[in-house]
Amino acid sequence: MVQQTARAIRDDIAQGRASASDVCRAFLERTQALNPTLNAFNHVAADRALARAKAIDAQRAAGASLGPLAGVPIALKDNMSVRGMRTTASSKILDTYVPVYDATVVQRLEAAGAVILGKTNCDEFAMGSSNENSAYGPVRNPWATDRTPGGSSGGSAAAVAARCVPVALGSDTGGSVRQPGSFCGVIGLKPTYGRVSRYGLLAFASSLDQIGPLGRTAADAALVLSVIAGADPCDATTAREPVPDFSAALTGDVKGVRIGVPRTFMADGVDPAVLRAVDDALATLNSAGATVVDVELPHAKYAIPVYYLVATAEASSNLARYDGVKYGHRADDAKTLREMYSRSRDEGFGPEVKRRIMLGTYVLSAGYYDAFYLKALQVRTLLRRDYEQAFEKVDVVAMPTAPTPAFRLGDKTDDPLQMYLADIFTVSAPLAGLPAISVPCGFADGLPIGLQLTGRFFDESMLLRIADAYERVTDWSRQSPAI
Amino acid sequence: MIFEPVIGLEIHAQLRTRTKIFCGCSTAFGAPPNSQVCPVCLGMPGALPVLNRQAVDYAIKAALALGCDIQAGSIFARKNYFYPDLPKGYQISQYERPLALRGGLEITVEGRTTLVGLTRIHMEEDAGKSLHEGFHDSDRRTYVDYNRSGVPLIEIVSEPDMRSAAEGAEFFSRLRDILVWLGVNDGNMEEGSLRCDANVSVRPVGQEAFGTKAEVKNVNSFRYLQKALEYEIERQIAVIEGGGRVLQETRLWDSATDRTHSMRSKEEAHDYRYFPEPDLPPLVVDAARIEAVRASMPMLPAERKQRFVAAYGLSEYDAGVLTQSVELADYFEAVAAESKRAKLAANTISGVVMFMLKDRNMTIDEFPVRPPDLSTLLVLLDTNVISNTVAKDVLGKMVESGRDPREIVQTEGLAQNSDEESLLSIIRRVIAGNGDAVAQYRAGKAQTFGFLVGQVMKGSGGTANPRLATELLKRELSNT
Repeated sequence: MVQQTARAIRDDIAQGRASASDVCRAFLERTQALNPTLNAFNHVAADRALARAKAIDAQRAAGASLGPLAGVPIALKDNMSVRGMRTTASSKILDTYVPVYDATVVQRLEAAGAVILGKTNCDEFAMGSSNENSAYGPVRNPWATDRTPGGSSGGSAAAVAARCVPVALGSDTGGSVRQPGSFCGVIGLKPTYGRVSRYGLLAFASSLDQIGPLGRTAADAALVLSVIAGADPCDATTAREPVPDFSAALTGDVKGVRIGVPRTFMADGVDPAVLRAVDDALATLNSAGATVVDVELPHAKYAIPVYYLVATAEASSNLARYDGVKYGHRADDAKTLREMYSRSRDEGFGPEVKRRIMLGTYVLSAGYYDAFYLKALQVRTLLRRDYEQAFEKVDVVAMPTAPTPAFRLGDKTDDPLQMYLADIFTVSAPLAGLPAISVPCGFADGLPIGLQLTGRFFDESMLLRIADAYERVTDWSRQSPAI
Repeated sequence: MIFEPVIGLEIHAQLRTRTKIFCGCSTAFGAPPNSQVCPVCLGMPGALPVLNRQAVDYAIKAALALGCDIQAGSIFARKNYFYPDLPKGYQISQYERPLALRGGLEITVEGRTTLVGLTRIHMEEDAGKSLHEGFHDSDRRTYVDYNRSGVPLIEIVSEPDMRSAAEGAEFFSRLRDILVWLGVNDGNMEEGSLRCDANVSVRPVGQEAFGTKAEVKNVNSFRYLQKALEYEIERQIAVIEGGGRVLQETRLWDSATDRTHSMRSKEEAHDYRYFPEPDLPPLVVDAARIEAVRASMPMLPAERKQRFVAAYGLSEYDAGVLTQSVELADYFEAVAAESKRAKLAANTISGVVMFMLKDRNMTIDEFPVRPPDLSTLLVLLDTNVISNTVAKDVLGKMVESGRDPREIVQTEGLAQNSDEESLLSIIRRVIAGNGDAVAQYRAGKAQTFGFLVGQVMKGSGGTANPRLATELLKRELSNT
């Protein structure tokens, strides 16, 4: 049962071959068995999930029409608001926080019949690339439990890879869906900025954050994206762009698709095994009918500093609301307002979050704003132009999702700069606002490798179509970790 | 040395929308604490702002009325600072690119007319309210009411074009009139719908360069503003004359002591770390929208006043009084049209009606005598059916009872008496009954005549035709 894709589960339930309750129980059992090892979940909402599964079964028994995700278990990164369900962003400062409202994605998922199994572990406030910045401890990679699952949506990626859920939602700011997707051997899709509502997503960097699906197949990612995408009156940054039927784009055909590869940008610092896997994947796509050409992204090499200026600036402001006044952790016995603020935040935030708040505060400070923040915005524009120029020649840009396979827990925790460099290939798509996907494309010493494809604005269909066609001619996506 | 003050004002005006600027919560004043709140205006994790269209239209309306250029693209920005009544840790405002730039407002003080320039008008959200008093544990705790959090405001920033406390107060007052006239602000300063901060400096007369300014906060009435400016000007002059230097600082007006005191120095000033609000797209206002707002605007008070002078031949003073609010001006025009006696309508409304409104603490909308009835009364007066005195009495009765003026005049027999015979009999009674006064008059004390006229009017129950009564009284006094 737990090996099934979301689509198969949905169809089985709809056609009476399985009950939503049985499906829910099977995945809950798997989750409860593996979570002590993986630490992928911050919170498993078993009773709530079973009650909802039962409701789906009742709906079906009554002959009511079922939603496109009816009975499909799903896990949500713990930075999405679910009314009445503890939502911590893996931060001590929100250890006891229970939202009073549902995120738009939650409303849409539940309206489509999805069954939320629980909230997944992540880097605190989605800040990190290894899931080690969590107040609830690191998540372990199902393929090798001494390795990180990537981050920040490490729990969601690990949960999907370990078959605790068929699909999950993560949020991607600088690669937080795609990089853990790559490390855990699953599909991770970051939609175009504005494609999916951020209402109810605990903000890290508002101009970059985007919720995206993780799944084992492109078809499942397409299915979930179709449900959560679309304009939202509660999020002024969502686009009015019509939402196509992403599943319909999965033709299995890549004939005539033009793939650009920024060779110069990939020249340094990429693990040879990763490069080999990516080249093999491109050769496979080429033999399936796609053309592969070189493109240039001259400003991509500045993407890391630009990203860490923009993202931290926004984060420093977004995290100001965690002040101990209204919700979340408040220091005991503070004598003054200032002391309440500084101690609540000092006790509540972890070291990486503090580092980024300080960096962002500095970036926005009088006298530095022009030199750092404004300059970063200018380079961001140049980067977007690089892609625009590339898309005059090609339909997608391909590169590795991450320069290495999953690294060991603890490997980079003492060196934040090394950790930031792990994002080199993922930060430019969100800076440009473009959609990007990570597709499993091989293994190195038993560790998954991801191929990243970046597409035109709102052209998730193209990304999913290529990923799906690639899945059909390879078997990387059907591999399952031994855990 | 003679000093000259230089004053610029920053005025925050609450826009009269039904709901808040970034969410659907009510803006009604006076609700129980934290009863008009939601995830957005409470700054709950993950909540996002969505701009209220009506608030934008009101802001555009105010900006147009104040002669500003509406910007085709303006940008919301975050002003970052920590305070418990600021739920998100930042205020959404506008900074580098405000909604409107450049404008002006003409004021006249002591015969001197000045065009006070406006630097900008921008939109922003209000913060909540800290409650430091009134709770059993107020010595240890502060409570916060977020009902006001997210209420839409415009901030109107003037150029430093005012040169006296009186000009400052007049500017604030004229601005209020216009905002209220437009219907974008309720003008209620007690409820904080209109608030003012003043930038004040002094310099020796003739010096071009500005002196160091102090910002005076919390001056929320015309009277306080004038007093605060006067105090601050005197204080700064005294500092300089005493050999000191004015410090750049923020000062707070204390209406209990009529003084300003230092709140924070320049060194302690916040670095607000403004940056563009990533949760809101740029505010784009196209020409069609500006025109639609312009079309919905009432004629401005100054314009309407001039029209009243030209079209109805009113005095500048009466026209000014009648254009204090749209409602009052509309009321006047309705009466003028219906009675076809514009000047009489103007005199009556700007005189006795205004007095009655003030006396009863009413607005013209609440005045029970509606234009048709007042028109009838004015026609009765102007056609000599009733006298001026009677007209006032009848109006009083109309206000109290809502009765028709014709009916009052008829049932109470108030129609003017122009019958010579009956007037003469009253006059003879008065002459007979006031021998002393008559004697004094005849001895040359002319003032006594007025007293005697009054007695005749009284004797007629106010109905005597005064012109005729005076004539007849004079004749009778000289006859006998």
